[in-house]
Amino acid sequence: MRWSVAQGFSRRSFLRGAAGGTGSLILGVKYSPAEGAIKKHSSSVINNFIRVDPDNTTTLLINYAEFGNGAYTSLAMMVAEEMDIDWNTIVLEEAPTEPKYYSPLFKEYLTAGSVTTLSAWMPMRTAGAQARDLFLRAAALKWDTDIKALDTQLGNVIERNGDRSSTYGDLLVTIEKESLTALSNVSLKNPKSFKLIGTNTKRIEGTEKVNGSAIYGIDIKLPGMLYGSVARCPVYGGKALSWNDSKTMAVKGVVKTKRISSGIVVLAKDFWSAKKGRDALEVVWDEGQNASLSSEKFYSEYKALASKPGMLAEDIGNSLKVLHETRDTIEAVYEMPYLAHACMEPMNCTAMVEQDNADTDKISKCEIWSGTQYQSNDQEIVSKLLNIPQQSVTVHRPLIGGSFGRRASKTADFTVDAVEAANGENVPVQVIWSREEDIRGAHYRPLFVHKLRGALDDKGIPLAWHQTVVGQSIMQGTKHDPAYMVRGMDIYSLDGCLQEPFGVFRYGTSYAIPNHRVESHNPPKVGVNPHEWRAVGHTHTGIAYECFLDELAHAGGKDPLDLRLELTKDNPRMNTVLKLLKEKTNWNTSLGEGRARGMAARTYSVSPCAQAVEITLLDNGEFSIDKVICVIDCGIAVNPLGIESQVQGGISIGISAVAFGNIEIVDGRVKQSNFHDYNVMRINHMPEIEVHIIPSEEMPTGVGEQATAPIAPAVANAIFAASGTRVRSFPLSKHGFKLI
Amino acid sequence: MTTLSVNEKKHTVEVEADTPLLWVLRDHLNMTGTKYGCGIAQCGACTVHIDGSPQRSCVLPVSAAEGKEITTIEGLADAELLNEVQQAWLDFDVAQCGYCQSGQIMTATALLNHNSSPSDEDIDAAMSGHICRCGTYQRIREAIHHVANKSSVNVK
Ligand code: FES
Ligand code: FES
Repeated sequence: MRWSVAQGFSRRSFLRGAAGGTGSLILGVKYSPAEGAIKKHSSSVINNFIRVDPDNTTTLLINYAEFGNGAYTSLAMMVAEEMDIDWNTIVLEEAPTEPKYYSPLFKEYLTAGSVTTLSAWMPMRTAGAQARDLFLRAAALKWDTDIKALDTQLGNVIERNGDRSSTYGDLLVTIEKESLTALSNVSLKNPKSFKLIGTNTKRIEGTEKVNGSAIYGIDIKLPGMLYGSVARCPVYGGKALSWNDSKTMAVKGVVKTKRISSGIVVLAKDFWSAKKGRDALEVVWDEGQNASLSSEKFYSEYKALASKPGMLAEDIGNSLKVLHETRDTIEAVYEMPYLAHACMEPMNCTAMVEQDNADTDKISKCEIWSGTQYQSNDQEIVSKLLNIPQQSVTVHRPLIGGSFGRRASKTADFTVDAVEAANGENVPVQVIWSREEDIRGAHYRPLFVHKLRGALDDKGIPLAWHQTVVGQSIMQGTKHDPAYMVRGMDIYSLDGCLQEPFGVFRYGTSYAIPNHRVESHNPPKVGVNPHEWRAVGHTHTGIAYECFLDELAHAGGKDPLDLRLELTKDNPRMNTVLKLLKEKTNWNTSLGEGRARGMAARTYSVSPCAQAVEITLLDNGEFSIDKVICVIDCGIAVNPLGIESQVQGGISIGISAVAFGNIEIVDGRVKQSNFHDYNVMRINHMPEIEVHIIPSEEMPTGVGEQATAPIAPAVANAIFAASGTRVRSFPLSKHGFKLI
Repeated sequence: MTTLSVNEKKHTVEVEADTPLLWVLRDHLNMTGTKYGCGIAQCGACTVHIDGSPQRSCVLPVSAAEGKEITTIEGLADAELLNEVQQAWLDFDVAQCGYCQSGQIMTATALLNHNSSPSDEDIDAAMSGHICRCGTYQRIREAIHHVANKSSVNVK
């Protein structure tokens, strides 16, 4: 059976530009500044998010990024559900970078924190319901009938007991003639009557992603465009003192070299020439202050700090007293390395800086094309950089080849590269980072050391917990400092260690330990740029907390899953998740010789998630992860098919990290450079993953990062169960445990 | 001057002989479906078919591709079986970010072209040169098995 590319593409023609828009034509996909397009379509504007065309096509202006997270699909589902339209008639267009499109939660144009589904839930449904209501009112007027006699059916208004029906598109004339506008107060569907939400729905941009036509940032082609490749100081933060480009200029296709903030950029007619020219550059570097830094030094400094009192984040009961009075306390120190995101699409950005026609020294505007999670920040930083108003910076957001937090850059680093490279060139410039630059790009999950002490009661149940967390803060000194720093502590560094809500994080560990003390140290932010990495704090707190809890279970002679059930008795959501996990894993059965289970449970951003893994460990230390059973409670499951893929993805990236993930700094330089030495999991490592979603009528919450949180400790706990070896410094490969 | 046959069409480009085919496709022919991921034959994102066999275009000098038939993701939909692989990718909703999938589909197609019912081990052997950071491996495996089962039933 053949299917037609052309048909697939036109039905879902993605980022479809409005006719007559002023955007430039890029490989047949029209990018139009949506503001202009809206004006040209004023008759069909329903509200900020929805436009309807006479042919009954609904255009959704989408204000969240798509980087594999499934946001485009689930948000379109919310609109289609409430608006009652045929799923195949909805197309997407990027919403412009304007305050009215900012996330209501972040108050910025930002897709992050696994809160897109939650943040968009009311706005998208309301937008859809407003449209439906508008068409109902239009039909009532047109047919001079009571609105109560009318209903909708997949893009049509119909008379319940009559013959008349009209497509939404045909009612646009009435809307315009009668000057009808959307009402702000409309009622939403009862979740029990959802038809689309809750069903397995395939990606709205699926076709483009299998026929090669999907346009990512790296695929942007503009007339006259030059490509840039940057020579960067091998030590993060270093500067070029001078450079000799005689060999570079001899490379065919190279146009020029120049200094930008991050190094020396080589501009050429194609990327290969730019990179070849870059590799031929001779640069004298001032390596700066970071040249003597190393991971080893960070570990030893942090371990020393972990034994000193830190800032007090939480002190429930009196842990210090209980621990002082207990004879057999249990103690451990956990070490977690730097991690790179290594998105498959390396960082890149295309920029066009335009001069004023009259005064060519004056910059009039800037357009950027960037796979970004964080449009408003890019816009703000570029406007400051070029000293032009924020509205004069247009951000186009193509599809994104993976992000995992990397493309929510607070410094807009890869965007600034392109803008500085393009400034003064009068043609667009696309700067592409080589994979080596991407791995060495210094935006890392920071290195952390956790020190833990625990005491058990006479029944073997944890009575006291004392944890000291040491690692660089992600938020300190950034514009998020006021929201994310609490009494000098970064809530991300402690996320998942505290029993009680902390700052804007309205949830705790889900466990109840009567004496619970957590302290924090924020060592200086030097050497790297500490950055969000899928599941952020949980990527290290998860290991420290869940592995040490396993240590306490073992010391107290308790089954680790039963202990967690006991500790969550007063937390019904997590307790339910754990009960189902126990059932689905047949937890009490034996797996046989050489095989073992491990588990962990975490609450990240409201959604409780627990996982059990089954591994096989060979005598030589090689192990395979055979199966992962994941139970998640994410409220209403908007798109179960999408949730399953996010869980698979979250687990996969977490396994990569726990098994292999290691960025090491030696003499200020990052040792790893590409996928041959920064190993990530491949298809042969992939376990079978079983996903169970708890049925729920609660508000939908995130799933993008939740499944990453428990997997690393679950695997480490399984290694302990199989071998009796408790790994406390990561990755597992450091200790001869090799994932096969 | 180098003359290339890409998806059954002839193109003439002026590039240095050592330029990897990947950048000729992307920057000179504007065919961007073939992706750059590592540049050192580690990730598979750049996979194309050279006379039907999957190769990493990031390390293949354009001079070595001259006179051969090059097939890219954009050219797959012309052959019957290949459409089925892409369709299976859609049916199983394999792609997440989608960036690695052109390469994955090229290799899966070549695998199914010479082995109509690959075992899990065959799939591992053929596909482990590809990296998917989004972790779509389980669905890739399911989609490949699906095509295999289908074609063994519907032999033309
Ligand atoms: S880009 Fe060719 S194998 Fe990675
Ligand atoms: S789908 Fe994103 S890298 Fe494979």
